[in-house]
Amino acid sequence: MWTDPKVRSIITQIIVVVLFVALVGFIVHNTARNLEIRGIATGFGFLSQPAGFDVASSLIEYNPTMSHGRVFFVGLLNTLLVAVLGCILATLLGFFVGVLRLSSNWVVNRLAYVYVEALRNVPVLLQIIFWWSIFLALPQVRNALSIGEHAYLSNRGVQVPAPVFEPGSGAILIALVIGIIATIILRTWAKRRQEATGQQFPIFWSGVALIVGLPIVAAAVTGFPISFDLPVKKGFNFQGGLTITPEFIAVLFALSIYTGCFIAELVRAGIQAVSHGQTEASYALGLRPGLTTRLVVIPQAMRIIVPPLTSQYLNLTKNSSLAVAVGYPDLVSTFGGTSLNQTGQAIEIIGITMAVYLTISLLTSAFMNWYNKRIALVER
Amino acid sequence: MTDTATSEKKYPAGQHPDLPPPPGTIGVVGWIRHRLFPSPLSSILTIAALILLYLVIPPILNWAILDANFVGTSRDDCTGGGACWVFIYVRFNQLMFGFYPPELYWRPILTFVLMFVALYPLLFDNVPYKRYWIYFSILFPVIAYFLLMGGLGLEPVESSQMGGFMLTVVIGMTGIVASLPIGVVLALGRRSQMPIVRMLCVCFIEFIRGVPLITVLFMSSVMLPLFLPEGVSFDKLLRALIGVALFSSAYMAEVIRGGLQAIPKGQYEAAQALGLSYWKMMGLIVLPQAMKIVIPGIVSNFIGLFKDTTLVSIIGLLDLLGMTKASVSDSNWIGLAHEGYAFAALVYFVCCFSMARYSIYLENRLHTGHKR
Repeated sequence: MWTDPKVRSIITQIIVVVLFVALVGFIVHNTARNLEIRGIATGFGFLSQPAGFDVASSLIEYNPTMSHGRVFFVGLLNTLLVAVLGCILATLLGFFVGVLRLSSNWVVNRLAYVYVEALRNVPVLLQIIFWWSIFLALPQVRNALSIGEHAYLSNRGVQVPAPVFEPGSGAILIALVIGIIATIILRTWAKRRQEATGQQFPIFWSGVALIVGLPIVAAAVTGFPISFDLPVKKGFNFQGGLTITPEFIAVLFALSIYTGCFIAELVRAGIQAVSHGQTEASYALGLRPGLTTRLVVIPQAMRIIVPPLTSQYLNLTKNSSLAVAVGYPDLVSTFGGTSLNQTGQAIEIIGITMAVYLTISLLTSAFMNWYNKRIALVER
Repeated sequence: MTDTATSEKKYPAGQHPDLPPPPGTIGVVGWIRHRLFPSPLSSILTIAALILLYLVIPPILNWAILDANFVGTSRDDCTGGGACWVFIYVRFNQLMFGFYPPELYWRPILTFVLMFVALYPLLFDNVPYKRYWIYFSILFPVIAYFLLMGGLGLEPVESSQMGGFMLTVVIGMTGIVASLPIGVVLALGRRSQMPIVRMLCVCFIEFIRGVPLITVLFMSSVMLPLFLPEGVSFDKLLRALIGVALFSSAYMAEVIRGGLQAIPKGQYEAAQALGLSYWKMMGLIVLPQAMKIVIPGIVSNFIGLFKDTTLVSIIGLLDLLGMTKASVSDSNWIGLAHEGYAFAALVYFVCCFSMARYSIYLENRLHTGHKR
């Protein structure tokens, strides 16, 4: 009987399942006992209890009387904010440095190489702490450095004018949306016309005119309904304006610079992987270098770049949890840190925190798989 | 109609010796023209880059070397106005060994040297007596354990006394050594024909890869004590090591799976045709080939893990970064954060960069295809 692979595989699986169930049972049993001994409550009731601690910065309204559930959303939004901004910055930085890395210009090329190697070989946590320590060494609010007229740099962070949206400013937003939609429609039309007649349409400049021009026109019509709340020095702190905390800047800078270096290497590898024959064939067809890059090299390079780019985005999102080291109130430091210390409900809180990251990871990879399939090479 | 060229010397048609290239296309001038100033845009970039270098390098050089003080005993010895490396000089032993007893420093140093001896046959080919050497490599973790922690007649050392760079290396090496066997099992499980085994492995790998290391470390440091029977407890270092090992084995499994997939199907079929059992097929035919291909992947995995060991400072272990953080907040040396972090960054850079170069060297050796 043991020589029959089918029977053997069934027996093996039964053994594995039994062992696994035994392990889980053992853990559950121990945990229940330990929780009982230590008198820790179980269940998710703590989510509606008042948190009782303050959070340094929040995108939504928050005060210490609100619940741990609210803290969860405050932390989640802060995590998403730094992750999304970090991904955008890292992509811009990565493509810029990656292209410089390929430059035939010796100085530029070497400089980009040194930059990438120096920064990607130093742990990102160290970089976060380093940027943070730079900020803390800046002058105090009283002697804050001014940037331009109304922005200040001090050890409390960057103080910038905060835009105040007065009634009527919704028109600008609507104009922006209309501009974007009109550009997309125009682009589809222009592409179809070019395919049919061969005539080109200046789509780039007309798009810029629509997306930038329409909101400006809307603002002028409604009489510029956006005003600015300017920061003013008062005693030991600033009054008014928008504060960008040193913790946020440290985390954002470190994450986007660190991930940007990896993206730069991906971009370089992706562009180099496009066969030189493609470029030569494109020149032979009479395309100019700019068009060759845009129409021949980049689309093929993107196919190679996109899959690893996804995992870089996920890495950045996961690394944003290191914000806990400098006290930026992200998910791990508020909900997974302070809430955990106050309630002691480690299993529920770490479970929820992990589930959030897992969901973000799975959603991102699902989206990227879809995108990847869309741009993949269609073969016979 | 006089031709000046032909007036000097006459050559039969087609016999004229090659003329030298036009001046300005070869030599230093040619290189400068071609690589630095080929087009207006490129020239602007070159000049901008040179200005940037001029603005950045002299101040850093002044701070780090020319105006810096290197040797001394206290903060008062820093008189140059630049970096105060005296801080590192005084704290060096602590940054390297933590609170390990100074009279026993020879033990971690010996372990470190033996580590390279153990790694050598794994990392390079053409090693004489490779077979016997590898037995030593397999035995090395045991030797290292007794050397570092004591026992077998050596004076025992508490795990809380380990710290600094030494702890970083210990965590990194333990993570990679523990993750190899677990990673192999997970990778084989993920490619297994048995649906339940495959599902369990996929779930474990994707779960660990989907969450940040810091939450895994929190889990192992906060939740693990709850999972154990009453009265059993692990010390802080061991809990962190379990977290790191779980984390790195999921990544290791993916690297090894890549290697397993790269082995042609014919190898599997040939092994089966010879009548080898599953484990003999894997152990004798597939894994030896697969592991060889994935060495660069393992090295880059290790680089990532080595950088990630800094996270243990968040759960309160004093690795190199934790030690640096603790040192710069010492009231006798306040305001020297930049020196401390610069030193730590340099150490990490040297380690990671040299490993990355080794990985590139390996890839070049394995990748013998055509190059443009």
